[in-house]
Amino acid sequence: MKLIAANAEPTATKGQNVLELANDADPRQVSLAGIERIELQFPKFTDGRAFSQAFLLRRRLGFNGDIRATGDVLVDQLPQMARSGFSSAVLRADQDLAVAERQLARYPAYYQGDAVQAKPHFQKAA
Amino acid sequence: MYQYTEFDRQFVRTRAAQYRDQLERFLSGQLDADAFKPLRLQNGWYIQRHAPMLRVAVPYGELSAAQVRVLARIAREYDQPSHEVFQGAVAAQNRLGDIQLRDGRAIGSRLPTGYAHFTTRQNVQYNWIPLDKSADVMELLASVGMHGIQTSGNCIRNITSDELAGIAVDEVADPRPFAEILRQWSTLHPEFAFLPRKFKVAITGAREDRAAIGWHDVGLQLVRNEGGQFANGAEGALGFKVLVGGGMGRTPVIGTTIREFLPCDQILNYLEAVVRVYNRWGRRDNAYKARIKILVKAEGQRYIDEVEEEYRQILEVDGAPHTITAAEFERVSASFVPPALNCDRKTADAKIAQILRAAAEDDIEFGRWLQRNVAPHKNPDLRAVTLSFKRLGQAPGDATADQLDAVAELAERFSAGEVRVTHSQNLVLPWVRCDQLPELWREARRLGLARPNIGLLTDMIACPGGDFCDLANARSITVAEAIHQRYQDLDELHDLGEIDLHISGCMNSCGHHHSGHIGILGVDKDGREWYQVTLGGSDGSALSGPAGPGKVVGPSFSSSEVPEAVEAILETYRVLRNPNEPFIETLRRVGAEPFKQAAHQVRHDLERRAEAVAEHAHQA
Repeated sequence: MKLIAANAEPTATKGQNVLELANDADPRQVSLAGIERIELQFPKFTDGRAFSQAFLLRRRLGFNGDIRATGDVLVDQLPQMARSGFSSAVLRADQDLAVAERQLARYPAYYQGDAVQAKPHFQKAA
Repeated sequence: MYQYTEFDRQFVRTRAAQYRDQLERFLSGQLDADAFKPLRLQNGWYIQRHAPMLRVAVPYGELSAAQVRVLARIAREYDQPSHEVFQGAVAAQNRLGDIQLRDGRAIGSRLPTGYAHFTTRQNVQYNWIPLDKSADVMELLASVGMHGIQTSGNCIRNITSDELAGIAVDEVADPRPFAEILRQWSTLHPEFAFLPRKFKVAITGAREDRAAIGWHDVGLQLVRNEGGQFANGAEGALGFKVLVGGGMGRTPVIGTTIREFLPCDQILNYLEAVVRVYNRWGRRDNAYKARIKILVKAEGQRYIDEVEEEYRQILEVDGAPHTITAAEFERVSASFVPPALNCDRKTADAKIAQILRAAAEDDIEFGRWLQRNVAPHKNPDLRAVTLSFKRLGQAPGDATADQLDAVAELAERFSAGEVRVTHSQNLVLPWVRCDQLPELWREARRLGLARPNIGLLTDMIACPGGDFCDLANARSITVAEAIHQRYQDLDELHDLGEIDLHISGCMNSCGHHHSGHIGILGVDKDGREWYQVTLGGSDGSALSGPAGPGKVVGPSFSSSEVPEAVEAILETYRVLRNPNEPFIETLRRVGAEPFKQAAHQVRHDLERRAEAVAEHAHQA
């Protein structure tokens, strides 16, 4: 997962086709044709709707571009963002990149299937 | 019990390490209180009225003796506040005053330390552990495969089940393998850690609902499908009846059946649809309207249709990735093979007869214990024995460190090393040989855990209430104590028979007041403690009838009036009952009116009494 500091230079290359999606939008209702990056919003880190949006985009709709978390993005939610299908995140200004990397590296594996590892642990273990 | 693999053990240790990292960042000021709050909650750590509270997860209520010993050690070594914290708590509680009883006695807060507390959701809580020791406690828990994962927070909470799961005589199938598979699926689910509100799942495999599934966000009942008929217990494909949208709180609602039959191997795929649709549409603007019950009530069939469509896409587009394989079901089920135990029933009968012939006192007490605390078992050689944690001087469901150590020993001697936390805040020994009942009775009696009151009035449910909880409007434990003191006579208790008395300190309903035959709810009025009394609630069991909330008895009562109101209600029952008719049946037969009138008569303030009676007459 690509981590972007809040004060970093805008990473959008000129002409890149970016779609911003509000967290009450249904990703199945929008056209993804030609879209290179989708930005999903966390208005507050405790509002978990964008996790489902990311999952649907990555798994259900097979979107292969960048899915970016924006807004109230805190280091402790990064592992679940990565597992839900986010590929980049713009951290809130006060967040520490080193702490973020430590959280992402913590768990070697999880129980349930997700957007990245579709199979649950029991199927991989079998 | 489920046997942890190295993967499971490592997972829990990693969780403890992750929590320590978070705690240290919080204590050093690197992580602010708002960001830390949901992290600690999802590990079971609340900040309460006087001190932090820890809720330890006990998946579907099952504990090993080794785990009980660690719970005892935590009570002994960590459930200890600093002198300042304790003195502050005592001062705060003293300001609340005492409940004045009619006989002149007064009941105030006790604030015991060094205790563990069993909750209605089969978990274990501590009231005094300092936050700076919280990571040490999580590591200690992890040493026996325990944790506080998702015992709080707006996520899928620890899953509850029937306390007699796998041993009940009325069971269609053992729900524990499914409960364990659900535990694994819901643990650190990436998509569902920040739902609109908490999400509670209960599962049963029996005909008698001992898990109150209708009162949960999701209630699951194992059923067998034979030739398209839903014949419970008949041989056929195993599946789930799925209820969604039950809950207590401010708006009590019984779950809606959204599936009569779901093939059992599809439960994870189906629940993913249930929760995903809720995550999208559940209200986030008002915490009181954020539970799934409000969504299901508001949207009705539209919610169900959307779940079914999402489920179809999970199967057809995603490829049903969470289907439970036969291999996994067998692997998990292998942990739940009953221990090899049997006994010579002739010897057992002889021993029991011998005791019944012995001293008259023993005769009555042992007989009552056999009747109230000993339940039949799938294996006719075995019994399930309830240890009563409803005794005078201890809050309902409280256990000292010494009692927990003693329970661990009883579990090893008499119950294949296993013990279970019950929905009604007691412990069950699930594997007791019937020829060992007399020895177990003697040991349990010696420990004060053999009070034969299971299912009776004093087997009441109560939350920690205003003695500990930050949300409470009024105290629960003092009211429980006042009623317990009044009903000490076992002859009287047995004469009154089976009664569910449930006490909650506030609308959050942790004491399940809605489902009590008699419910007591703490309300805050003019900064004083008041209590609303309800009649006729049901958790959904055969005794109580279909699940449903009780009806309120007029305006609220003062703390001193509550024990008298309960007494008046029970006196009315004694007068009106038919022979052998339980309280709840008399209440249904004659209606609530005479009980309400009797309760109104105890109001100390004559003006309020007249108002209540007049208002009552108006409503009638």
